Amino acid sequence: MSEPILQFEHVSKSFFGAMALTDITLAVRPGMVLGLVGENGAGKSTLMNILGGVIASDEGQIRLEGRPYSTGSPAEATRAGIAFIHQELNLFSHLSILDNLFIDGFPRIGRTPLIHRREAVRRAKEALAAVNLSISPRTRVDRLTPGQKQLVEIAKALHGGAQIIIFDEPTTSLTSRETERLFALIERLRREGRTILYISHVLADVLRLADEIAVLRDGKVVRTGPKAEFDINAMIAAMVGRQVDQLHPIRRGKPADKVLMSVAGVTEPGIVKDISFDLHEGEILGLFGLMGSGRTELGRILFGLDPFRSGTIDMCGQPRRRRTARRSIAAGMAFVTEDRREEGLLMEAPVTENMALVALPNCRRNRVPGTLDRLALRRSVDEMIASLKIKCVSPRTAAVKSLSGGNQQKTVIGKWLLGRPMVCILDEPTRGIDVGARYEVYSIINDLADRGNGLLCISSELEELMGICDSLLVMSKGRICGRFRRDEFDKERILAAAFEGHLERGPRGSSGASN
Amino acid sequence: MDRPSGDRPVQSSGNVTSQTRIARLKEVVIGRALLSDSFVLYLSVAYFVVLWVFLPRLGSARNLSNLSSNIWPLLVLVIGQMFVLIVGGIDLSQTSIMAITSVCGALMITSGLDPELFAANPLWGVFVGEQGGPAGGSVAAAPVGIAFMLAIGTLIGSANGLAVARLKMPPFMVTLVSMFFFSGLAICITRSENVRNLPDAFLAIGQNYLGRVPTARGSVGLVPYSFFAALALAVAAWFVLARTILGRWLYAVGMNRRAATVSGVPTDRVIVWAYAVSGFCAALGSVLYSSRLGAGRPTLGENVLLDIIGAAVIGGISLFGGKGKVRWAFYGVLFFVLLDSSLYMLNLKFYTVNIVKGVVILVAALLDVLRNRIRLGWAPTGRAVTA
Repeated sequence: MSEPILQFEHVSKSFFGAMALTDITLAVRPGMVLGLVGENGAGKSTLMNILGGVIASDEGQIRLEGRPYSTGSPAEATRAGIAFIHQELNLFSHLSILDNLFIDGFPRIGRTPLIHRREAVRRAKEALAAVNLSISPRTRVDRLTPGQKQLVEIAKALHGGAQIIIFDEPTTSLTSRETERLFALIERLRREGRTILYISHVLADVLRLADEIAVLRDGKVVRTGPKAEFDINAMIAAMVGRQVDQLHPIRRGKPADKVLMSVAGVTEPGIVKDISFDLHEGEILGLFGLMGSGRTELGRILFGLDPFRSGTIDMCGQPRRRRTARRSIAAGMAFVTEDRREEGLLMEAPVTENMALVALPNCRRNRVPGTLDRLALRRSVDEMIASLKIKCVSPRTAAVKSLSGGNQQKTVIGKWLLGRPMVCILDEPTRGIDVGARYEVYSIINDLADRGNGLLCISSELEELMGICDSLLVMSKGRICGRFRRDEFDKERILAAAFEGHLERGPRGSSGASN
Repeated sequence: MDRPSGDRPVQSSGNVTSQTRIARLKEVVIGRALLSDSFVLYLSVAYFVVLWVFLPRLGSARNLSNLSSNIWPLLVLVIGQMFVLIVGGIDLSQTSIMAITSVCGALMITSGLDPELFAANPLWGVFVGEQGGPAGGSVAAAPVGIAFMLAIGTLIGSANGLAVARLKMPPFMVTLVSMFFFSGLAICITRSENVRNLPDAFLAIGQNYLGRVPTARGSVGLVPYSFFAALALAVAAWFVLARTILGRWLYAVGMNRRAATVSGVPTDRVIVWAYAVSGFCAALGSVLYSSRLGAGRPTLGENVLLDIIGAAVIGGISLFGGKGKVRWAFYGVLFFVLLDSSLYMLNLKFYTVNIVKGVVILVAALLDVLRNRIRLGWAPTGRAVTA
């Protein structure tokens, strides 16, 4: 076997006394895909940030092709042939693809500071061709779909001569078609002899792509080995350190007959068309669709953040007019948004303040108008923190951005529950959170249904919806293309329904509605 | 990276050397002082004490009295500005609101205008005349004038707020336009003349003191009336920010407007409120300054904008929104006024004073960045002791 191209030797890193990485030793051979899995906070990102030169390790060293390699800065890492495709893409959205590709060094005319446009365009076309992207290099990056942006980023890495490419959760914002394209590209890069480090929560993808898998837990490598030694359960077991028999809690309750929310013929041109369904008391209704199917948009319309042209949305038999988020909350709705950072949380504020936000009007002191009953508020927030088991050392002072993804999500959910909703719309409730926290979120959803709430769960993960929902709606191209009861759940039929709209009109033009 | 080199990552709890302990202690002490809510107050006191040694005049009764009468009107303005800064905006129009309310209020309550200066005035004969303004000479002139001024200020502030919230215009643009417009208007309706002959009751607010202290040369006032105005405003502002739903909403909007909207916060209304408060405070400041000056002045507050923003930043109120407390506003004003008066006392030229002020604001902004970095980095050790 060939010599390893990349070796971690006893790498350790601590942040203010807390060990983030302990004695990591890992070797990667060239032309290999290493899948790196672990729960959030297991140390994957820290390890990759050390490799990418973003932070320095405390102890141990890294060898590149046998030679010691000290990580000074991201620029040095790039020069050493290491590229990092980040979870949040690092492109300048107002500049063209061309400008993005050469931002750290345009080709010049001779030794003058003038840009050699023609040479730049030629090289950019080459770089884009290398990732099978046939788009003019003069296109502005904000016109691209997330998948295309990612390809641009990869093109930039390859153009820079990267031999080791790190992918950090590359599929979160991709459609399944784009994901397939990415996987084919990764496959090709491997055949060309480049080394790939692939980090993901989607274990099935890791299993499919990786040659070897390394599992991290609490800053340590707990298991490594060739793919053949792993299956999904084995990975999960290694990640959580115990056998997980069940990914989803058992659904005990049954939906009642009473209708909480009734949606009839809701239409907004170009977004959703003729959406009708009833949400019952104690029901968990899943809404599945591919990226761009209009699932998130429908959630926003139902909650009153976006308008719709025709149709009706009734809450408990009451038709709703002049809808705003505020009125929806008053009518008993909650909306856990997809994007925690932009729409879910005040990242700088502590947990308690975030949680209180929705319930503020309920905690009015009657004697003086507009004032807060802080004692009652504090008590209910504390109760919620305890009942959702939110782990935070100082919920009153520490900014919520210092929490793990799972605890952040629980904070968002707690915020909405304090508003005592009847109907909860949850958009991607488990995005970016680890296996353990997922189970807890599912349990919370289950409990809410048992207590008589109606829940609408929007998700792009079919397994998740099949695991927790009583029934399932499938959206495609803004329409509902399938309705399934729990006893009718069938993965193939559901997926077929989700792709229905896409088959009619061909591959392009499908991603316009999202973003 | 910024940590002292003696502080190595702790392998196990057993081998903490005395060296690391000292380093840790240093971190905690510096961290606590820097992170303290009252950091700027400590800084002000330290500055005062150090300078007092070289400049005994700084602590004289006359100077202290002077300092205090400079602090309160500025505090009123900074508190207003703070509301806008908290929702992530900025109000450049405060000074022009001061000018326009000063002029309008004075025209309302003046008891006599010089025809030679004011005959060309567009309002002459309609609204004002030789005998003064509509409320001139009336017993209730002072309260009527003040109410009028506050109403105008609040109105202009609300208009700013509406433009920012409903028309989604950038706050900088909106308030810049309104700064030009209203300072122009103030000059236009007075033809650049000061409006004098204001009633005594009005003048008392800015010029009189409660109690007097004897000094070598006569006596100086103890507590200026403007203190009570500022105190009442400060208490009200504190109450709104710390105890009411509106207060929580203001911070939420400043931290993340989208998240606030989704969570049911009436974002637009909250923003309008913030600008209205700023306009109200500008008008109140105008009352204090005009009465101290004894005239309605179309260029009132011309040079105060730097002081307002500077004091707010020094106090630690973030220009990025979501952060600010009445206490911080007070500390910022205290330090700023202290700095200003001490620099003049050193017989520095006005341009030197401006240079030094600029440097101090820069340092304050840098300190704010540093504090944030420390809070993120050192907080686990530093905070644990505090809590």
